Amino acid sequence: MSANANLVAFGTITRREVVRILRIWMQTLLPSAITMTLYFVIFGRMVGSRIGEVADGVQYIDYIVPGLIMMAVITNSYGNISSSFFGSKFGRYVEEMLASPMPSWVVLAGYVTGAVLRGLMVALIVLAISLFFTRIHLYHPWITLSTVLLTAVVFSLAGFVNAVYAKKFDDIALVPTFVLTPLTYLGGVFYSVNQLGTPWREISHANPILYMVNAFRYGLLGISDIPMWTAYAVMLAFAVVLAAIALTLLRRGVGLRS
Amino acid sequence: MTTIPALDVVELKKTYSNGVEALKGVSLCVQPGDFFALLGPNGAGKSTLIGILSSLVNPSGGDARIFGVSIREQRSAAMRLIGLVPQELNFNMFEKPFDICVNQAGFYGIPRAEAAGRAEKYLKQLQLWDKAFQPARTMSGGMKRRLMIARAMMSEPRLLILDEPTAGVDIEIRRSMWKFISAINAAGTTVILTTHYLEEAEQLCRNIAIIDKGRIIENTTMKALLSKLDVETFVLDLEQPATALPDVPGVAFTRIDEVTLEAEMSREHDLNSMFAALSERGIAVRSMRNKANRLEELFVRLVEGGAADAAKAVA
Repeated sequence: MSANANLVAFGTITRREVVRILRIWMQTLLPSAITMTLYFVIFGRMVGSRIGEVADGVQYIDYIVPGLIMMAVITNSYGNISSSFFGSKFGRYVEEMLASPMPSWVVLAGYVTGAVLRGLMVALIVLAISLFFTRIHLYHPWITLSTVLLTAVVFSLAGFVNAVYAKKFDDIALVPTFVLTPLTYLGGVFYSVNQLGTPWREISHANPILYMVNAFRYGLLGISDIPMWTAYAVMLAFAVVLAAIALTLLRRGVGLRS
Repeated sequence: MTTIPALDVVELKKTYSNGVEALKGVSLCVQPGDFFALLGPNGAGKSTLIGILSSLVNPSGGDARIFGVSIREQRSAAMRLIGLVPQELNFNMFEKPFDICVNQAGFYGIPRAEAAGRAEKYLKQLQLWDKAFQPARTMSGGMKRRLMIARAMMSEPRLLILDEPTAGVDIEIRRSMWKFISAINAAGTTVILTTHYLEEAEQLCRNIAIIDKGRIIENTTMKALLSKLDVETFVLDLEQPATALPDVPGVAFTRIDEVTLEAEMSREHDLNSMFAALSERGIAVRSMRNKANRLEELFVRLVEGGAADAAKAVA
């Protein structure tokens, strides 16, 4: 297809995804708003007021805001693409795309963009909620924006790979429950990994979410446990590797073509 | 100058991962503008063949060219030429028919404004416009089938493949679908139809291939195929009850009820001599119709013949 036709096809998938997100907003946008409000109330206000300052004049509630936003971005971008793409497999309407002249990369780009947009929508909602509890100063806008985008891309791609292999709805629920949630909680959302002793500190560095949360925290608060170049290298490496895997699976039709 | 075939299938093979050999080297040629029937019993390999042509199934060997474009070497260009109406419903039931059609056009790179015009045109032609903005799940079975035809037409394909498009549809809607598909064919679109309603294939299609156990067992014109049938059966509705079965040379009569007879006769036997013999015996015929679908008889004969041959070979 021509570049213009590819653009139209990309826009079609993205638009369809956004329409879906907004149509079922009570399932896609509202849950994170409620969960994060509870986190802010319980961990930020009630527990956080007893903890007080955690680093260089940063209050505990301010410290957890970047992590909570990232937590919402990760679960929503992953959940959006895995449920939407698996739904299209389950309902067989993925065949509309497979039997079309669209190249595989356009299909992938459309779904990833839809999932990233949901991640960004939820990030803005959580950010807006956080303003009821604290004041946020944007220290490094470009780091903040690029980190949230890269994180959403990485987890959209991971969700896509999950959906490709999934054969039933349980298969797309397992990873968020048994992998994503533990990794997020252990990824420095609520604490600094520098507070951990050996070997837990070193083990924590194998968790990719640690790099994302810290890069985002650096963008918002100007503090991080991780050097920025390391954080970007990890995020970019995951994005490239996962994109290559997702594209290869799509081109070969794994789980899609018999 | 030679015409490039609309579809040229060469030695297409498919073996599934469970070892089932669905296609054992199928070759087939469909000319541009044709209305082509692809028939076969369940599990013969029809849907696998269509799946490969529409890029939903990976072939194990061979190739197919759509208007000269290889589905293996130039998948995207080949898919641009095909429209598919699959056997199973495969659209998002929560979407509206208008959106389903417009999105389908979008997948082919057709801008939204143009797609909206086409969606209105085809949904209206298929009597679905009044349902265009309601979720697809609220439509009846026949409407859902017609929606898949409208969706396939969004890219205005040169080759339209219909895999049992009228399955489970009542006769009135089926006829309106035939009319629509015939008009599409008359306008120049090549049509390949698979169906279990053999009457449908006989009425609509000019050429035919019969596939069984992954092989093409017959590929000819509908006329040539039907001419192979040497016996025809007619149902005669009589004016008055016949007391005894008439004895007419070359015709075997069977009584269905008091005023209905079945007459089985060779195709060479002429009907006038049968009517003359009946008149001589004081039997007046009020109306007459062909009993069995001719293609159906041939189809059963060919498929059963193939099975018998295979059994002999094994023995």
